[in-house]
Amino acid sequence: MAALSATGRRRATLGGLVRRPETGSLLGFVVVYVFFAVLGGAVFLGAPGWSSWLNIAAEVGIIALPVGLLMIAGEFDLSVGSVVPAASMMTAMLGGHYEMPALVAILGGLAVGLVVGWVNGLLVTRTTIPSLIVTIGVMFAVMGLTLGFAVLIKGSTSVSYVPDPLTKSLLGRFINGMFNVSILWWAGFVAAFYYFLHVSPLGNWVFALGGDAESARNAGVPTTKLSIGLFMMSGFAAAFVGVAQVMTYQTAQVAGGQSFIFNSIMCVVIGGVLLTGGAGSIVGIVLGTMTFAVVNQGIFFAALDPNIGSIIIGVLLLIAVLSNDIFRALALSYATRKK
Amino acid sequence: MSAQPAIIELQNVDKSFGPIDVLMDISLKVHAGEVLCLLGDNGAGKSTLIKTLCGVYTPTRGKMLMDGKEVHFARPRDAQEAGISTVHQFGGTFPLMSIGRSFFVGVEPTKGWGPFKRFDRKTANAIAVQAVQDFGITRIDDGDRLVGGLSGGERQSLAIARAVHFGARVLILDEPTAALGVKQASHVLRIVNEAKKRGLAVIFITHQVMHALAVGDHFAVLIRGRLAANFMKGEKSREEITDLMAGGEDMATLEAQIAGADTELHSPAHARAAAKP
Repeated sequence: MAALSATGRRRATLGGLVRRPETGSLLGFVVVYVFFAVLGGAVFLGAPGWSSWLNIAAEVGIIALPVGLLMIAGEFDLSVGSVVPAASMMTAMLGGHYEMPALVAILGGLAVGLVVGWVNGLLVTRTTIPSLIVTIGVMFAVMGLTLGFAVLIKGSTSVSYVPDPLTKSLLGRFINGMFNVSILWWAGFVAAFYYFLHVSPLGNWVFALGGDAESARNAGVPTTKLSIGLFMMSGFAAAFVGVAQVMTYQTAQVAGGQSFIFNSIMCVVIGGVLLTGGAGSIVGIVLGTMTFAVVNQGIFFAALDPNIGSIIIGVLLLIAVLSNDIFRALALSYATRKK
Repeated sequence: MSAQPAIIELQNVDKSFGPIDVLMDISLKVHAGEVLCLLGDNGAGKSTLIKTLCGVYTPTRGKMLMDGKEVHFARPRDAQEAGISTVHQFGGTFPLMSIGRSFFVGVEPTKGWGPFKRFDRKTANAIAVQAVQDFGITRIDDGDRLVGGLSGGERQSLAIARAVHFGARVLILDEPTAALGVKQASHVLRIVNEAKKRGLAVIFITHQVMHALAVGDHFAVLIRGRLAANFMKGEKSREEITDLMAGGEDMATLEAQIAGADTELHSPAHARAAAKP
């Protein structure tokens, strides 16, 4: 018996690497980075290259984390696309138009995200409408409200706001003139989400909810509260990005968050999260985000046609889903082949 | 039986949904260390009865007793806390979670303190593996393995071991052997037997006579919401049980009807008349 469990353990560590859900994402990232490093050369490998893709990664990455969590829990959130501009508009309105203190403006912006997330969560848990549809509906509603209020109050689709130096340096500064301070915030979000999903006992509930909602409920997981909480997280994260955008660019636009919808989902899927829920990891989502950002910015450094970038991202997405399926099959068959 | 009150008892329980009576006058007792096989066709009210027992529905009329005392379950959680656990055909486990994590969903063991509680993977894995091995499934020895990699029988066993570990006194098994092969089903039956030996009251729902006869002490047959038969092991022959499970008299009537319809179909006048709405 002792010998048996010893071999079992050794095989577990050996198979462990392949079994990890982020293995595919890591391979993808390395391949893509090397490809653009060869084409982009020293500039891409240096600070300009790193800052350009990290800036992109930070913005979409902050949103991709909770979107990924929701996907693990078996839900989609497309409303992030309109929460970003809605939150920036709220912040710019409060701070710029009404000249309220920066803190109030920021809290106001973040509150928009929390409220939208709460509404999403309520609609998804109280009705049987799939979250994909609910959040599309909410996205359009929020988009309309943002435009409506902006025109009503300001008579314009853009509002400017010049933040005080402290706020600017916390949320909208470029370190060394290149690295957006959002990168640090992203790192903080990653740490917080990593703790939530993989370390704290609550993470188990997220996986269980996505794996089998009915069984999770039977096991005593408060699934309704959990879903609403997750939607509020994604609303908050999207709002945070919106607020940071105002601080960075000193203006809020009514439109301009739509790219986050597909980009965040792509980062998450490239990162190995199962579309149907139940599996995924924060490390994977971060790797997926980095891969996406490297392709997104590498195109310019490699002097390739930007359209090729879209093709690469599309192909990457398909490869990611395929390879994730293969790794997942390996992880499952590992156990059955054991004896 | 013994002087001890039954672990769970239903007294004249009715359940209606609006004007539709689904369960009528159900009285059942299950003692510790006893397996009750609940038999019945689809739509006979088996699921409603299970859901009433595990707190999803509250009885419209009648009483539910545990250890002789009346109980009321407003939510499934209440029933669970009272020690009633349901294991569904496929449910209770999460294919893409590890055995250790899956085992402790909702009641995760933690280490650390305050807001910095951490999921205790090692403890979870060790307890989960131990609990399953205690039930005789020695093939499971690594708590990090994914549940989806286990066979159907092992998954059922894991779910049952989980329920027992968390203090279940009444185990409701909803067709646990329905989708399993012969060997896997015997795994599950052995576990049912083990649970019975440990003094649990088991309510075992099945369509398969062989499985029912293998573990059952007590049999109850539901037909259209009523308890059509309620007898102990040895009181009826295998043929009688088989007959009851197959629908009993209903089956005979059906056979007669089919035979009758057959002759009617041969008469064109009847067929034409029947085709008219």
